[in-house]
Amino acid sequence: MSTEQVVSPVLVEVQDLRVWFPAGRGSSTKTGGSIKAVDGITFTVQRGETLGLVGESGCGKTTTARAVLKLLDPTEGRILFDGVDLSTVSRRELRLMRRRMQPVFQDPFSSLNPKRTVARIIAEPLVIHRQGTASERRERVGELLDTVGLPPDAAGRYPHAFSGGQRQRIAIARAMALRPDLIIADEPVSALDVSIRAQILNLLSDLQQEFHLTYLVIAHDLALVRQVTDRVAVMYLGKIVELRPTEDLYRRPLHPYTVALLSSAPIPDTEAEATRRRIVLEGDVPSPADPPTGCRFNTRCWLRRKLGDPEICTTQAPPLAQVQDHGASGVVACHFPEAVEDSPERRETLVALTGSRVSSPDQELPD
Amino acid sequence: MTAGRLRRLEEAVAPTRFATTMESLRPRTFLEFYGVGVIVVMVTAIAAAPLIAPDPFAQDLPSALAGSSADHWLGTDNLGRDLWSRILYGGRVSVVIGVFVLLTAGAVGVLYGAVSGYAGGMVDAVMMRIVDIFLSFPSIMLALLISAALGPTIRNVIIAIAAAWWPVYARLIRGQVIVVKEREFVTASRALGAGPMRNLLWTVLPNSFGVMKTIFVLDIGYAILAGSTLGFLGLGVSAPTPEWGYMIREALQYPTHWWFILSPGLALLLFVSAINFAGGIVTRSVHEDPGR
Repeated sequence: MSTEQVVSPVLVEVQDLRVWFPAGRGSSTKTGGSIKAVDGITFTVQRGETLGLVGESGCGKTTTARAVLKLLDPTEGRILFDGVDLSTVSRRELRLMRRRMQPVFQDPFSSLNPKRTVARIIAEPLVIHRQGTASERRERVGELLDTVGLPPDAAGRYPHAFSGGQRQRIAIARAMALRPDLIIADEPVSALDVSIRAQILNLLSDLQQEFHLTYLVIAHDLALVRQVTDRVAVMYLGKIVELRPTEDLYRRPLHPYTVALLSSAPIPDTEAEATRRRIVLEGDVPSPADPPTGCRFNTRCWLRRKLGDPEICTTQAPPLAQVQDHGASGVVACHFPEAVEDSPERRETLVALTGSRVSSPDQELPD
Repeated sequence: MTAGRLRRLEEAVAPTRFATTMESLRPRTFLEFYGVGVIVVMVTAIAAAPLIAPDPFAQDLPSALAGSSADHWLGTDNLGRDLWSRILYGGRVSVVIGVFVLLTAGAVGVLYGAVSGYAGGMVDAVMMRIVDIFLSFPSIMLALLISAALGPTIRNVIIAIAAAWWPVYARLIRGQVIVVKEREFVTASRALGAGPMRNLLWTVLPNSFGVMKTIFVLDIGYAILAGSTLGFLGLGVSAPTPEWGYMIREALQYPTHWWFILSPGLALLLFVSAINFAGGIVTRSVHEDPGR
């Protein structure tokens, strides 16, 4: 128990989290073969902020979210929720913790029990945690439907009667039922029609303001992440390679992987889209069962090749270090962040994302 | 939004689902109508046996093995007992066996299979090997052995058949539970704080019954057949209780008196095939259920 009187600004603290899965039948993490889905990551989520977790499929972002929700047990490391270590809490305490953090899943077609009415789905957390009487719960369901913008007559229907966007509203209503502090949203809109996404995102941001929520949002859509997050952690192969305030990251990416990611994001300007240069990463993501030595990104790093294969990239894993830069903040795990900063690749990426075209390669870019 | 209004809305909407289910359970094809019709007529007759048939135990030796007459509509058996009456009372035994075998085997199998599938790992492996042992016997052999050991009463016949059948349901439900437990709404429920019991009983199981429902209805017919098989082999319900299988066995000694063997045989055929045809409705209903 912490003795401090002041409320800590940190709601979630993840310390050196590792989640390894046994590889193949009959093996265990102790007898060698294991998939290192998450391999030593550290970050915090501040109260009231939205932290984005981005990266390719298989980089460990969903595993991280599941570990924070304690749907998975970490192999190593600690997760503190409001100062309490989740791995040491009793089952009773865990139940109390669960009331304060609620999930919203990617696919609203599979995250709602098809055999339950919407009223019962939304009331489920209240029933599990024995909140209120039946009539109080019914009233709360009505309130929640109203909060997420669904008509009251939705209560008696079954999920199959709703569209994807409406279903996601139901899932959000369920997550809001216990008035949680933290909502962990794993790709909350990627299964939805593009036309519906903005509505759901607006709903999430309205709810955040109204109920002082903290969000941990997992996504791969970089435009979306830029729109909704305060800070972004970029993951690659089970590690965080860069964690910085959103605008900072998008304006001045400092990790070669982030630069490559940003350069691959489509931009809504056909001319810029046609003329810009993309950094195409060669090869596949290495297997998380056998990650490369040194920097995990070294096998695909365009910067390493450009710098003439410095030895350090393959021998030493770069630590997440504070950005030593004019005005920039956050952390990055690269041996040569300043080389990224100066590269034309980064500038072009930036141009692409800010929407203005390159007129001269040496043009100074707005900050 | 007041609670009262919401309750009214729930009530207004809820029957829609019920009505949909009822609609999907209405027979549509000729065979489905036939099946439901035969079941309704036979079950009604069986239930009303004391009103429409004479005493099935009353012996009338002088008129033994008589053909159809005004007194004995379907004739009499070797002891002069009324066959019409014995068919109806024998039907009671069959229905009781069919229903109770299914309830017993179903309850045990579902519980066992659900726990096995949900627990997974070593627990699952051990529990399924036990099931394998049961399944390695031909089920009728197993039922015969148990029935022979316990003695010939209706209760023991039910126990014998249920003991031979529950592993099939355990297997079936285990497979469904393993599929359903990986679905995201189960993870969601877990993340909301639901414990394993609540999760299994309220979230996983209700979504695991699809295939089971279909097989269940058909199996009532097979349970009746199995009960009659035991009776036929002399290890079912003991005389003088009328039972279709045992009646066929007795009739075999009098091959020239065709009505004796035809009555129980036809009753069995009609009833079991009707259940099969009617079972098609459930299969279709399960397929049409949008939330299955």
